Amino acid sequence: MKAKFLIPLLLFVILVGFLAVGLNRDPHEVPSPLIGKQAPAFELPQLADPQKTFSPESMKGKPWILNVWASWCVACREEHPVLVELGKLQVAPIIGLDYKDKRDDAMAMLTRQGNPYVLSAFDANGRVGIDYGVYGVPETYVIDKAGVIRFKHIGPITMELLNKKIIPLLGELK
Amino acid sequence: MILNKLFLSTLAAIALTCAGNNVWAKDAVPLADDPVTEQRLIAISEEMRCLVCQNESLSGSRSDLANDLRREIRILILEGKTDEQIRNFMVERYGDFVLYRPPVKPITWLLWVGPFVILLAGIIGLMIYLRRRNQSVPSTTLSAEDNRRIDALLQDAKSSSTENAHD
Repeated sequence: MKAKFLIPLLLFVILVGFLAVGLNRDPHEVPSPLIGKQAPAFELPQLADPQKTFSPESMKGKPWILNVWASWCVACREEHPVLVELGKLQVAPIIGLDYKDKRDDAMAMLTRQGNPYVLSAFDANGRVGIDYGVYGVPETYVIDKAGVIRFKHIGPITMELLNKKIIPLLGELK
Repeated sequence: MILNKLFLSTLAAIALTCAGNNVWAKDAVPLADDPVTEQRLIAISEEMRCLVCQNESLSGSRSDLANDLRREIRILILEGKTDEQIRNFMVERYGDFVLYRPPVKPITWLLWVGPFVILLAGIIGLMIYLRRRNQSVPSTTLSAEDNRRIDALLQDAKSSSTENAHD
């Protein structure tokens, strides 16, 4: 009974604990329901050559990275050097999904900043983006041999994320 | 003559306003042809969160993605999908987070039941506190002497108040 005066303090500490966890979370990182599920199928014309198409089906048998980007997206430009670095390492093929972009602008950006992509699929109206639950470019998916989405990152990927998460994960999936 | 002028200027004003509306209409998102579809679209999208501006509903948001998603929902309505199927379409892609009313399942039990548990705990705590406080007031039995004194005091009070009233 002597410690009764400690009760408000204790409640306060609990409240601070909840706030510390809650406020440090990024509300924009919504857990994707697609993780552990088959990557949605699609067939889109390629960015560089509209005559050719790309479909995720063709990537079966090896882990790969799907990176959603656009030339109008500032964060993508910021992320791009990291992708170029990753491309040099040749750990896994990087496929781009050029989201709601203009062909010329997109090609210009790749010429200017380098092209880390094996190829980019051209999602002019963003319909494929919706199937992948894209709501803020850039977004990056790691897809395994069987075509299952294993990891998703919203926002620009950093060198740290690459070294700590993406590259080890790709090693596991090989 | 003056009336005529007034009439003409009113007409001109109306014409101008209409022209103005036309200019603004370019910004509006195209509506579905029939109002029934549009009504359903609004009903469904009002219950959903816009992922880009998270404090806005999908029906109220002007973000690009919200426009695209409304277009998508419109197509699904025209394809004859039920509200339930459309909700599932959205949840499969964006998770329960798009719904303003999260479904009741183990992971959301705390969310749904939590406030009631806290309310119940509060009521129980209050009841315990009140009961304890009642017990802590000592109940005394009055002796004959006490009763006599009370009567005397009451008598005094009565006579003094009647005196005051006479003043």
